[in-house]
Amino acid sequence: MTFLGLRPDDYWTIATAILCSVACALPGCFLVLRRMSLLGDAISHAILPGLVLAFVLTGSRAVGPMLIGATLVGLLTALLSSVLNRWGRVPEDAAMGVVFTSLFAVGVLLIARYASQVDLDPGCVLYGLIEFTPLDRIVVLGIDMPRATFFLSIVTGVNILLLLLFYKELKIVAFDAYLATTLGINATLVHYCLMAVVAGTTVSAFESVGSILVVTMLIAPGATAHLLTDRLGRMLIWAVVVATASSIVGYLLALHWNTSVAGMMSTVAGGFFALAALFAPRHGYLSKVLNQAVLSLRIVREDVIAILYRWHEGGRAEGLDRESILSALGRGTLPRIALWRLSREGKIVAHPAGGFSLSTSGAEQARGLVRSHRLWESYLNKRLGLPADHVHAPAERVEHFVGANLRDRLAEEVGKQADPHGRAIPEK
Amino acid sequence: MSDFWRLITLGDPNTRVVLLGASLLGLTAGVIGTFTVLRRRALVGDALAHAALPGICTAYLVVGDKSLIAFLIGALVFGILGVLCISFIRSHTRIKEDAAIGIVLSSFFGFGIVLSRIIQNHPTGNRAGLDTFIFGKAAAMLRQDVLIIAIIAVVVLAAVFLLFKELSSLCFDRDFAATQGWPVFALDVLLMGLICVCTVIGLPAVGVVLMAALLIIPAAAARFWTERLSIMLVIAGSIGMASGAIGTALSALHFEYTIESRIVHMAVPTGPAVVLVATTCFLLSMLLAPQRGIIADLWRRYRFSTRIAAHHVLRALYEIGEVGGDFSNPVSFDALLRLRSWSAAALQRELDRAASRTLIRAVPGGFALTDSGLAEAVRLVRIHRLWETYLVSEASIAPDHVDRDADEIEHVLSPDLIARLEDTLRRQGRLPGAAGGAAASANAECVIPTSPHPIGGPQP
Repeated sequence: MTFLGLRPDDYWTIATAILCSVACALPGCFLVLRRMSLLGDAISHAILPGLVLAFVLTGSRAVGPMLIGATLVGLLTALLSSVLNRWGRVPEDAAMGVVFTSLFAVGVLLIARYASQVDLDPGCVLYGLIEFTPLDRIVVLGIDMPRATFFLSIVTGVNILLLLLFYKELKIVAFDAYLATTLGINATLVHYCLMAVVAGTTVSAFESVGSILVVTMLIAPGATAHLLTDRLGRMLIWAVVVATASSIVGYLLALHWNTSVAGMMSTVAGGFFALAALFAPRHGYLSKVLNQAVLSLRIVREDVIAILYRWHEGGRAEGLDRESILSALGRGTLPRIALWRLSREGKIVAHPAGGFSLSTSGAEQARGLVRSHRLWESYLNKRLGLPADHVHAPAERVEHFVGANLRDRLAEEVGKQADPHGRAIPEK
Repeated sequence: MSDFWRLITLGDPNTRVVLLGASLLGLTAGVIGTFTVLRRRALVGDALAHAALPGICTAYLVVGDKSLIAFLIGALVFGILGVLCISFIRSHTRIKEDAAIGIVLSSFFGFGIVLSRIIQNHPTGNRAGLDTFIFGKAAAMLRQDVLIIAIIAVVVLAAVFLLFKELSSLCFDRDFAATQGWPVFALDVLLMGLICVCTVIGLPAVGVVLMAALLIIPAAAARFWTERLSIMLVIAGSIGMASGAIGTALSALHFEYTIESRIVHMAVPTGPAVVLVATTCFLLSMLLAPQRGIIADLWRRYRFSTRIAAHHVLRALYEIGEVGGDFSNPVSFDALLRLRSWSAAALQRELDRAASRTLIRAVPGGFALTDSGLAEAVRLVRIHRLWETYLVSEASIAPDHVDRDADEIEHVLSPDLIARLEDTLRRQGRLPGAAGGAAASANAECVIPTSPHPIGGPQP
C-alpha cells in the first residue's frame, strides 16, 4: 500500500473520482453527439436553487430531497430553455444562457436569504472537496468505505444499467430523432429521460466533487472519444477510459503539487482532449495535416515523372535539367523532396550529360499517368463538349485519381484517337 | 424608511459609486452582448468569464500582488486564448461548437482553481482577492474601479459606434462581409476582445456566472422589441443600465423579516439582484413586446382564428341559400351543423358573434344573411370558387379534392392575387366577362363561378 506513497484513503478518493467521472461520461457521450453539451453546464449551474430549497424545506442535508429538488430544477432548465426557444423565438444558446444564469442568481439570492439556516458554501459547490470524502464513512457489506464512494457507485451502476437497457433507443435518438419517431420511439420522452439522468448524475456527483469537475466529465471524455472512433459502442468505452485516466492522473498530479483535486482532474481531462484533437489517428488536426502533406507529395512526384515523360516524348534523349523541373512545379520544398525520393527509388536517373531522365520503372508509371490525363481530356472534349483549350487544367487535377479500371472504361468511351491537342494517348 | 430616502436621494456616497459602476457595466455589457447574441455566440461570454480565472491567478503569481490592472491583462490574455482554442476546435476538428465551449470553459476554470489553490498554499499567498472574481462583490467597488469601468465603457461604445457598419455585416452575414473585403477574422477577434474586456471588468463586481447573464439577458430582451440593430443596441444598453441601477438600489435596501419570531436582516447581494432585474425585463419583454411578444402573438392568432370561423359561417349560409335559390329563407341550426365538422357550441358562438356584427340575423326557423353579410359572403364564396376553378384547370386536381385546399387559402388571398386569378380564368373562358375588365368585379354576384363539386358538407 505504499505505491507512489499513496495511503488507503487516497485509493478511496481515486475510486470516488473514477466512479463520478464514469457516471458523468456515459450520459455525456450522448450530450456531445446530440450537440447539447452546454445543457450539462447549464443544469449544473441551475440546480443551485433546487438544492437550497430542498435544504430549507427539509431542514437537513439528506440526500433524497436534495436529489429530487435539484433534478426537478435541472429538468426545469431544459424545459424553460425549449419554451423560450419555441414560444419566444430566442436563439437556443441565448435561451439556455438566460435560464441558467437567472436560476443561478435565484440560488445565490436564496443562499443569502437563508444564510442563517443554510450551511452551503457556493465555493464548495463549485470546486468540491473530493479530498475530504474519505472522512465521512459508512459500513456496507462489512466494508468500511466513504459514504460518497458508496453513493456514487450506486449512481454509476444505475447509469450503466439504464444505458444497457435503453441502448438501442438512445442510439437511434442520438443519430436520427426523426427516424426514431417514425419507428414509434418517443424521442421527446427519451430526451427528457436523458435530461433527468444528466440532472440526477450532476446532483449526486457534485455534492462530493464540485460542479466544475462534473461539467468537465460530462463533456471532455465524450468529446475525446468522439475524436478517437466512429462507433458508438467504442466511443462509450473510450469515454470511460479517458474519464478513468483523467481521474487517476489528475489525483496524482494534485497530490504532487498539493492543489485542488477536482481542478487538476478537469485540467487533465482538458489536456487529454487537446492531445486527441491534435494527434487522434483519423480526426486529429496533425494527422489531417500529415495526410494532406503525403497526398501533396504524391501529386508532386507524379507531376515530376509526367513532365519528364512529355520531355522525352518529342524524341529527346538528353535529360531535363533540375532547374527547369523545379520552376515548372512552382519551386518550394515539396518538388525538391520529390526529386530526391524519386532518384533514390530509381524512378528517375541523373543523366551523364546533366539533368534527369526516366528509368524503365519510372517510364511505366509515367505512361499510366499521361494516359489518364489524355483520356480524361478526350472524355471531357467528346462527351461533355468542353473546348480543347479548357480540358488541360481539369485533367491535370484528375490524373492522380484515375486508376487502371477507370482508364480502361474511359478508353472504351473515347476510342483510340489522339487527345484533343493532337497528341497520341499512350497504350497500356 | 430613512434607508429608502437615502437611497432615492443618493445620500450615501458608497451607494453612488456602486450604482454608477453597475449602471455603466450593464450599459457596456448590454451593447456588446447584442452582437454576441445575434452572432449566436451567447455562451462564448460564459466561456470567456470562466477562462479568465487562470489569467487572474497567473497575473497574481507573476506580479505577486493584487493589482487590478495586472489581473485585467492576465484575464484578457487567457480569455482571448480560450476563444482562439474554441475557434480552432470548431474549425479543425469534428467537435462541434457547444462541446468546444464546454471543454474550454471547464478545463480552463479547473486550471484556474489549481493555480488559486497553489497561491493559497504559498507561504505569502492570500487569495482573498481572487474569490471575489468568481462570485463578485459589487459592494466592494471603489472609486478607481468605477473609473476603469467608465474608461472601458467609453472605449467599447466608441468602437461599436465607429465600426457599426463592419460589426453589423459581420453579425448578419459573415460571408457577405468577407466578399466585400472586410477583414472578418480580425473583426471577429476584435469583437471577442471587446467581450473579453467587458467581462473582465465585470468579474470583480458580479462574478463569473452572472457576468455571462449581463451579456446575454439584456440583448435577448431587446431582440423582442425591434428588427433594427441600431435600435436594439440602444434598448439593450438601456435595459442593462437600468438593471444595474435598480439592482444596486434594491441591494442597498436592507430587508427585514421574521423567522421564528426573530427579526433577521437580509442584505441582498448586488450581482444576483442586478441579474434578476434584467431577467424581469426579459420576461416582460417576452410577454408584452408588440410584434414578437407572446401575448401579441396569441392575440393575433386568436383574431385570425375568429376571422376564419366567421368566414365559415357566412359561406355556409350562402351555400345553403344558393342551393335553395333564395338567400332570405331561414337556414336551420341543424343544417348549418351538418355542413361542416364543427361542434354545436362553437357554431352557436360564431353565430352569436356574426349576429352582433349584423352580418346575419336570427329569423323564425333559423338564420339568414343580412345585406352586408350577403356582400361579404359573396366575396368569400367567389374567392373560394376562383381558387377551386384554378386548381381544377391549372393544377389538374380532381374537382372533389379542391374544397379542402380552397377552404384554407380563401382567408389569406390578397386582392391583387384575386384579380390575377380572375384575369387568368376569364382568358380561358372559364369565367364570364371580358379578360382584364375591372368593371366586371363591381357586379361581383353575376361572376361567381359555379362550384366544381356538389355542395352539402362533408361527404360520407
